[in-house]
Amino acid sequence: MHELSITEEILRIVTTHAQQAGVARVTDIYLVIGDLTSFIDDSIQFYFELLSPGTLAEGAALHFRRIKTRFRCRRCGQEFEPEGHNWTCPACGALGGDVTAGKEFYVESIEVIDKITGTEEAALGDR
Amino acid sequence: MSGQVTPTRVPVVQKLLTANEQVAADNREYFAARHVTVINIMAAPGAGKTTLLMATITALPELRIGVVEGDVASQVDADKIATTGVPVVQINTGGACHLDAPMLRRAMPELPLDDLDVLFIENVGNLICPVSFDLGQSYNVGLISLPEGDDKPYKYPAIFEAVDLVIVTKLDLRPYLDFDLDRFTGLVHGLNPDVPVLYLSAKTGEGMGDWLHWVKTHLHTLEMPPVS
Repeated sequence: MHELSITEEILRIVTTHAQQAGVARVTDIYLVIGDLTSFIDDSIQFYFELLSPGTLAEGAALHFRRIKTRFRCRRCGQEFEPEGHNWTCPACGALGGDVTAGKEFYVESIEVIDKITGTEEAALGDR
Repeated sequence: MSGQVTPTRVPVVQKLLTANEQVAADNREYFAARHVTVINIMAAPGAGKTTLLMATITALPELRIGVVEGDVASQVDADKIATTGVPVVQINTGGACHLDAPMLRRAMPELPLDDLDVLFIENVGNLICPVSFDLGQSYNVGLISLPEGDDKPYKYPAIFEAVDLVIVTKLDLRPYLDFDLDRFTGLVHGLNPDVPVLYLSAKTGEGMGDWLHWVKTHLHTLEMPPVS
């Protein structure tokens, strides 16, 4: 449910960057989402299809890069991915650790097309 | 160049949720200027948030307390809190699974914030979504009840990692349940090593003293709240 407001924010960020770059259309949007956040790819996709028509990002493909949760062991410093009911450090057996990955949530990049020339220079010219 | 159009990659790297975080920062500043300690309580439905709040309000008559109730629908919890005589605002999210900073912002004018020591926010019953949305609170408190089971940190790690205090409620049910207090505390500390874990029953009063002490020692009536 809360992906509605998030998708609005994604569209706002993407169209602002596309306008600044002076491009005609956004073809691809690359998102990074950590597994510790509560955001669901399918739900963002659903709202995107609802909200994007009529914007520069209409028809753009969404790409989701999920980041697995990672712990850094507080006893020995080993980094590891906790799995389900296993939070035990594989190196020393301590339980849990400091979260070093899994909280990411951002728009990484977009791919854009300039309608007139189709060149990279034009797409990036105004940035 | 015509015909073949190659898309160009434009780096963005812009954090999401910044719109919410900006309003949360404004809220935090507003509360700090009035020396109001804001405690955001997050828990699953039925964990005992409202019961704990009622008992807390009754036990702390020396504090000027206000309450924000967040629910998808209804005025039920606000009506209960209102019987204690403290100012309360009900926010109905209309389906949303959490409170966000703009929702709280809109409710703030309905509270006498200049005359409060503590504002308790009872977030929407949900162990997942509220964690992602900063409200401008001073502290996050995570509540779970004994019947929910001692494995909850495995299933909902984000909330246990994000809170400043963990409270386990319904301690009076302990004889009937297999909840392993040590296992639970160990898992919580695996994620969040310094967080206090309190066990209590708002119904019998057992353990309430530790919680009331925590509230009284975390009031920042004269200092700025910690910014997370």
